[in-house]
Amino acid sequence: MMTGVLVLTSLTVVLAFLLLAGDRLFADKGDAAVDRIERVLPRIQCGQCGYAGCRPYAQALVNGSAAINRCPPGGIATVRKLAELLGEEPQPIPKELGQASLERVAIIDEALCIGCNLCSRACPVDAILGLPQLMHTVIAAECTGCERCLAPCPVDCIHMAPRHA
Amino acid sequence: MLELDRIRPFSGGLRLRPFKALSTSVPVNTVPMPAQLVIPMAQHAGPPAVPTVNVGEHVGWGQIIGQAANAGSVAVHASASGIVTAIDEQLVPSGNRLIHALCIIIATDPPEQQPNSPQRLDWPESRKARLEAIRDAGLAGLGGAAFPTATKLAPARKCETLILNGAECEPYISCDDMLMRERADSVLRGALIMLDLLSAERCVVAIERDKSVALAAITTAAQTLGDDRIAVAAVPIVYPAGGERQLVESLLGMEVPSGLFPIDIGVVCQNVGTAHALDALATRGRPLVTRIVTVTGHGLGKPQNVEATIGTPIRDLIAHCGGLTPDAAQLILGGNMMGYALPSDEFPVTKSTNCVIALAKHEAWMGGDEWPCIRCGECARACPARLLPQELLVAGRVDDFESMQALGLEDCIECGCCDVVCPSHIPVTSRLHTMKSNLRAHQAQAAMASAAQTRYDEHIAREDHAAAEERRRQSELTAPLRGDDTSRRAAIEAAIARANARRQRRENDE
Repeated sequence: MMTGVLVLTSLTVVLAFLLLAGDRLFADKGDAAVDRIERVLPRIQCGQCGYAGCRPYAQALVNGSAAINRCPPGGIATVRKLAELLGEEPQPIPKELGQASLERVAIIDEALCIGCNLCSRACPVDAILGLPQLMHTVIAAECTGCERCLAPCPVDCIHMAPRHA
Repeated sequence: MLELDRIRPFSGGLRLRPFKALSTSVPVNTVPMPAQLVIPMAQHAGPPAVPTVNVGEHVGWGQIIGQAANAGSVAVHASASGIVTAIDEQLVPSGNRLIHALCIIIATDPPEQQPNSPQRLDWPESRKARLEAIRDAGLAGLGGAAFPTATKLAPARKCETLILNGAECEPYISCDDMLMRERADSVLRGALIMLDLLSAERCVVAIERDKSVALAAITTAAQTLGDDRIAVAAVPIVYPAGGERQLVESLLGMEVPSGLFPIDIGVVCQNVGTAHALDALATRGRPLVTRIVTVTGHGLGKPQNVEATIGTPIRDLIAHCGGLTPDAAQLILGGNMMGYALPSDEFPVTKSTNCVIALAKHEAWMGGDEWPCIRCGECARACPARLLPQELLVAGRVDDFESMQALGLEDCIECGCCDVVCPSHIPVTSRLHTMKSNLRAHQAQAAMASAAQTRYDEHIAREDHAAAEERRRQSELTAPLRGDDTSRRAAIEAAIARANARRQRRENDE
């Protein structure tokens, strides 16, 4: 009988250690959930949700510290998908957050540009080109319509226009 | 002659009432040269040709007026001699819609000043030069899709079977039928050139079973030719038997996998009209400047097949064929199944114009009552692409792009069978067409999002790197001041010494 007890106990101990090691090795660092939510977001990094970018917002959604209706470029379609993923009710997006949208691009009025370089530093996807003190311009194909360049411009020479005009 | 083992029916499809006899009683005749030709640069699938002439220039019959933009494009020729009066954008038919494309407008010389034949093109010996010659002769698939012929004849994979498509399953169209009846020899000579260029083992000429005259003509021509690589196959009279994928399925018993092309299973399909054009190039040095067009419908005086110069207005074709009858209600470009309604008759004949139908009031479908889907599944039974249109419609209503893709929306060939059988009169094909473009837009947006993500990640990485670099520089600058007492004192003394030396130098200078 003692042998039986010994064998079973040692088996239990060995298996427990194996399980523990496996848990440490293949731990889900919470990234999988964040990844899934991030893929639902439009990922244009506009920051209109109030977070630094799409990933921080996804992180906040996973933590439960952010509302699901804070992504203007994603629109109601994104809200619905988030609601489904997180088991919440869809809500309308507050208008005051902004109107970032992939459907639009920023355009610099080149006659007014003073070459202060502030917009190109604000651009999250490096879509603004220009040297200090010289005219700047937007690479329309890379512009995601995030509107981040609008506020820093001291002469208000940037406006948004439909992508396919 | 080669024998085919067995011709199988393909899945789905419909038996439609044929109206081919309307236009097959008169031999093919030529439409008189119009006073003005409108020749679009985008008549083929692929990048448009680039104009090589200027306004005011006199061009010869068969002269290149637009050169192939690249290897996936074809040249465009002046289909008559005349003077270029304008080069501008016009609304012209291209593919399955009207687009704005650059056109060269030619005021043609009066008939007595026209040369007897177009400029003769060379037909070189080597394979590479021949493919080049085909591109420069402006050859594009005449079945309707206008895919550049040279590209199709130079596949990246080995082609075993060439299918010469003379099935022509659209109920009204008979231009290939008439071509095979009247010029069977030329069609088969073109097929032989294609076989050589492809180094294919066999050629199957596929003709719908009810085209007995064309079948007999081609069979006789094949026997006279005596080439044992050529086989003639009578395919079942089921629409869309002339679809590439359907032909491969019924002739060879193989299915072209989703997302791939016939060449991926060693098959190339070419239209009989294209073979005829290729023979005209090889034996008579003719560029593609005319094509046979079926002008038909119950709203037309004398339906028939005509050989029309590329660029002729459709108005002239209709006038030549007895004009419209009082009860003509709608003009259709292409077949009544896959074609589309034209807003006017002011459009030019292009390389892909195979048919113009003037529908009478009782035939035209002008939109009407649409009832809810009752999920009868008739559309799924009729679908030759084995799709579930009723499920796709549901996915389309809620923009469920994943389901659309999973249900194989991209495999829809837009044949229109589902429209015909739907008891609720739902315009399924046009819905699916819209869904296809929505899906493509969605995919483009997803691609853009992931590109933006990559650029953002790189931007952040670069900013982090710059910040780290700045911290390192600062710490290097202030390092001596933070050191222990001796090194600090040494640094201060060195600075004092430098300052003294400088003062000394200045005093000496004075």
